[in-house]
Amino acid sequence: MLLLAIDTSTSAIAVALHDGRRVLAERSTIDARHHTEHVAPSITAVLDDAGHSAADVTAVAVGVGPGPFTGLRVGMVTATVFGHARGIPVHGVCSLDALAHEAVATGAVQGEFVVATDARRKEVYWARYAAEAADGAPRARRLTDPAVDYPATVAEQLDGAPVVGRGAVLYPELLGPQAGPLDVSAAHLAAVALQALGEGAALPVEPLYLRRPDAAPSHPRKPVTQAAPHGRA
Amino acid sequence: MSADLPLVLGIETSCDETGVGIVRGEELLVDAIASSVDEHARFGGVVPEVASRAHLEAMVPTLERACTQAGVRLADLDAISVTSGPGLAGALMVGVAAAKSLAVALGVPLYGVNHLASHVAVDIVEHGPLPEPTLALLVSGGHSSLLLVPDVTHDVQSLGSSIDDAAGEAFDKVARVLGLPFPGGPHIDRAAREGDSVAIDFPRGLTSGRDMERHRFDFSFSGLKTAVARWVEARERSGEPVPVGDVAASFQEAVVDVLTRKAVLACRENGVEHLQIGGGVAANSRLRAMAQERCDAAGISLRVPRPGLCTDNGAMVAALGAQMVLKGRAPSELSLPADSSMPVTAVQA
Ligand SMILES: [Zn+2]
Repeated sequence: MLLLAIDTSTSAIAVALHDGRRVLAERSTIDARHHTEHVAPSITAVLDDAGHSAADVTAVAVGVGPGPFTGLRVGMVTATVFGHARGIPVHGVCSLDALAHEAVATGAVQGEFVVATDARRKEVYWARYAAEAADGAPRARRLTDPAVDYPATVAEQLDGAPVVGRGAVLYPELLGPQAGPLDVSAAHLAAVALQALGEGAALPVEPLYLRRPDAAPSHPRKPVTQAAPHGRA
Repeated sequence: MSADLPLVLGIETSCDETGVGIVRGEELLVDAIASSVDEHARFGGVVPEVASRAHLEAMVPTLERACTQAGVRLADLDAISVTSGPGLAGALMVGVAAAKSLAVALGVPLYGVNHLASHVAVDIVEHGPLPEPTLALLVSGGHSSLLLVPDVTHDVQSLGSSIDDAAGEAFDKVARVLGLPFPGGPHIDRAAREGDSVAIDFPRGLTSGRDMERHRFDFSFSGLKTAVARWVEARERSGEPVPVGDVAASFQEAVVDVLTRKAVLACRENGVEHLQIGGGVAANSRLRAMAQERCDAAGISLRVPRPGLCTDNGAMVAALGAQMVLKGRAPSELSLPADSSMPVTAVQA
C-alpha cells in the first residue's frame, strides 16, 4: 500500500506519501497563487524522500474542496491524471474533513467545532463537526454539508464552537479565536481517506464548487504590443 | 525511444477546447478534442470558468480516447508537451498540471510550449518539414499575428499583430450585428457566398500612408466593426431591409484584403518565399482563395493546414513537442508556470 495524497484547496500546496500505517514523506508549500508550479515538484520530492518511484504508488487521494476553483482544479487534475497514467484508483476527500481530522488528532478541539476556509469574495467555505474517539482512534464526524456563506452568517450559527482553518484568521472579530490548523495537510487527508476506505466508503472525485460559474464571457485584452492575448481558436 | 522516432503526446487547454494529440516524429497519429463551445454560445463568448470546469472533466476521457484511437499506451510515450501560454490563465493551468502529472507518473520529459508557435508547427504533420524561414499569419478569435519563423523550435519573431480586436473577434461581433449565431466565422462565410463583396466599401484599417509607416504589419479591426454596425443601423433606421449577404461579403472582403495584403508584403520585404496561415479564421473560404491568388502572383508558396488543424487542438502541441525532441532541445522544468501572456517570441517555457 502506497497512497499519494494531494490537496490544493487552501493556501498550501500539500502532498504526502502514506504506506497505510504511517506518513513516509510530506511537502507543504504556502503559495496561494502558484499551485501549478509546486504540485509536480512536490510529488517527485516526496517520492525521492521515501525512496520510491511513481510506479510504486498504489492509490491516490485528493482533496475535492471546497476551495478557490483555480487552485482546486490543479490538485484534482494532477490526481486524476496520475491515477489514470498508473492505472490505480483515485479517491476524493472533502478538504474540510482533512482540516477537521487534524484538529481532532492534535487535540486542538473537543466536542463540536466548525471548519472555515477562505472562499474569497468575503465569504468562507465551512462545515460543522463533532470530535469523536472510536476505538481510541480520533476522528471528526461531519454534521453539516459543506457550504459557502458570509462569515456573519456562520457566526450566527457558531453557538460557542471553536473555528478551525484560515477563515477565523481572516475574520477574527466574527469567527475568532482560531483553533487548530490553518491549511490542509496532505498527511491528514491521507488519514481521512484510509479511514473511509477501511469502512468501505466510496470516495467519488467530484469537485465541490458550491458556486455556479460567473457567466460573463471573456473579453480578450487589447494588446498594444506584440504579446497577443489569446481567446478562442 | 520507440521505433526510432519520438512518440509525443500534446495537451492544449488555452481556451475552450480540451485537445490531446499524439505524434510520432512528424506523423500525426490522433487528434482528440472535447469542446465546450456549445456551453459558451448562449453567452456570445467564452466564459473562462465554464471552460476551466470543462477541461477538468474532459481531461482523462480525452487522454483515454486519444490513446485508444491511436493504438498507443501511455507507457510507450517518449515525451509530453503542453501549451503553457498564452491563453486563459485558469484554463491553461488545468492542461499544464495534467501534463506535469503525466510526465511524473510516466517518468518522461516535459516540454511547455507556446500556443502560437504550435499553430505554426502543426503544418509539419500536414505538409511535411517547415521551410525555413516561413512567414506565418495566425488569425483567430484571440490572435491576429504576422510571425517570421526562422526555426519554430526556438526562433519566432513578431512582425506585427492586431492593435485592437482579433480578426475572429470581429467576425463574432459582426455576426451578432447581423443576427447570426456565435461563433460568427462560419456563418459570415456562408452568408457572404450569397452576397456581393464590392457592394459596400468598408474601411481597411492601418493601410494608409502614415499607418503603413508606424503599423506596417499590424492590424486593426475595431474601426471596421464599428463601420459595419453604423451601416446596418442606418439601414434599419430608414426602414429598409438589411442585405445580410452583401454586408457579410463586403465585411469579409475588407478583413481578408488587409490580412493577405500585409502577409504578402511581409514575405516580400523579408525575402521569405513561404507563407503559412493558421488559426480558426484560416477556415474562411475567401481568405484561402485570396491568399492563394496573391501568393501565386507573388511567387510565394502557400501552406494552410486542413480546418481541423487550424483551430486549437492537441496535435499542434504534440507536433511542436516532437520537433523539440527531434532537434535535441532541453526539456522544461517541472516547476514551469502557466503564463497567460506568454510572449510569442518565447517558444518554450
Ligand atoms: Zn489558437
